[in-house]
Amino acid sequence: MIDGLLEPYQFEFFRNGLLVATIAGALCGLVGVYVVQRGMSYIGHGLSHAIFGGFAASALLGVNYFLGAGIWGIASALMINAVTRKRKIGADAAIGVITTASFALGLALFALFGRSGRSFDAALFGSILGVSRSDVLVVAGVAVAAVTVIFFQYRPLLFTTFDPEVAGASGVNVARVDALLMLVLAATILATMQVLGVTLVAASVVIPAVVARMLTDSFAQMLILATAIGGACGAIGMNVSYQVDVQSGPTIVLTGATMFAIVLTLTSMRGARRQRLPLA
Amino acid sequence: MSPGQELVRLDGVTCRYDTERVLDDVDLTIARGTLLGIVGPSGSGKTTLLRAIIGSVQPVAGSVARLQGLRVGYVPQLETVNWNFPVTVAECVLMARSPTRGLPWASRAERHEVARVLDRLEIGRLARRHIRELSGGQQQRVFVARALLRQPELLLLDEPTSGVDARIRHELLHLLKDLNEDGLSIVLTTHDLNGIATHLPELVCLNKTVIAMGSPVEVLTPETLELTYGASMDVLVHHGVCIVVDRPQELELHAPREAVA
Repeated sequence: MIDGLLEPYQFEFFRNGLLVATIAGALCGLVGVYVVQRGMSYIGHGLSHAIFGGFAASALLGVNYFLGAGIWGIASALMINAVTRKRKIGADAAIGVITTASFALGLALFALFGRSGRSFDAALFGSILGVSRSDVLVVAGVAVAAVTVIFFQYRPLLFTTFDPEVAGASGVNVARVDALLMLVLAATILATMQVLGVTLVAASVVIPAVVARMLTDSFAQMLILATAIGGACGAIGMNVSYQVDVQSGPTIVLTGATMFAIVLTLTSMRGARRQRLPLA
Repeated sequence: MSPGQELVRLDGVTCRYDTERVLDDVDLTIARGTLLGIVGPSGSGKTTLLRAIIGSVQPVAGSVARLQGLRVGYVPQLETVNWNFPVTVAECVLMARSPTRGLPWASRAERHEVARVLDRLEIGRLARRHIRELSGGQQQRVFVARALLRQPELLLLDEPTSGVDARIRHELLHLLKDLNEDGLSIVLTTHDLNGIATHLPELVCLNKTVIAMGSPVEVLTPETLELTYGASMDVLVHHGVCIVVDRPQELELHAPREAVA
């Protein structure tokens, strides 16, 4: 049985995929804390769809995937941020309009000019087969950049997430911090898309943060826990993916969903026991 | 730092949300050492006035002049706080620490300062508790502590007694008076005329524009209250303290049919 579990580690593509899935999962968990606490869980879903438009355009134009989809994703993220700041349009509506339009454009481009470059299915559902050494380096680079931003911008990011008005009154440049977070999120989704796919990135952003929130009441601890849970989901999901021969995206997300169900059950039982104690 | 020194001056300030005029030609001066209450009905522009002072709302006409380098602490309405946010009391207060320190963890000096401020507000033992686990009065003190961490010269509080009981209201009033005696200038908004406003040394009646300004005895008159609230009220003076009451005939209009009969 042990031999069976270790079997995939002899393949370089698996080792690369495992590294990318673990780093990407941890990165999504880290960034997801801010996304969830800002009530913007839908944005992970939306941005990944928006980036799909850039993916289609870069594939058809023969431009580097990270460059084409990256510029597209960052532009979408900044547009969402700008539209959200308008008082009349809520974040959910801004995400809905901009990202679905971008996704539809991607589909239209593929329909008109055919599919070339990276696999269409891999973009939608994720694949570990195409993960190269350079992909590992890109994901690791994005992770280092995101951790650096969150490390040095910890206070303004926390303050603007919790209380943007008072943060602004306390000297924090809220617009700049919001834009910075959107850039980090766009880069995270871009780097994660190849393993998880467009349709499943959102779950990797949201689930670790939600699980971590159930386990702690401290923001600093939530960041650490969500990162660890995201990384663990990536690593476990990749192994399961190989063993059961299912795409990496679904197995990583299902691993996260299982963790969510277990933690929800345990914390609910603990909560129920606490409520019963005073009556005893 | 001289008492009476002008900290903030609003000249003809007009603010709008879209086409709706929320503040209209407001003139107001806030001097050092003041303890000022702003009263008015819902939608009278009280919160917008505070936002104009801190600079989060820009006037469409007029100007807001702040003393150069003025440190302002702001305590928002508790109703606007996300109580499910994962933040402990200490983490909440530490949000207001100096923006010049780039590291995520607090320095020893910052930790000492947080402990000092929390102890000053008698909530030092709650530092590791989640903000949702506190009583209404303790929650209010956490946000006052966050505002005080920056050692402000002017403290602004938006409806600090909204939704709290009489005991907490008294505690808060005493706390604000103590802070004011220590030299902190304070401006607060309230719709609680008898519980808070009448106990403050200075009041502004606001309904989009300044209706009246002065001591409670000067300001809380039936005429001013009618202009401010659009309702008839009487003012009784008991041991030098004003008590605002609704006129009985006004109440009868809203009484149940059986009671009138």
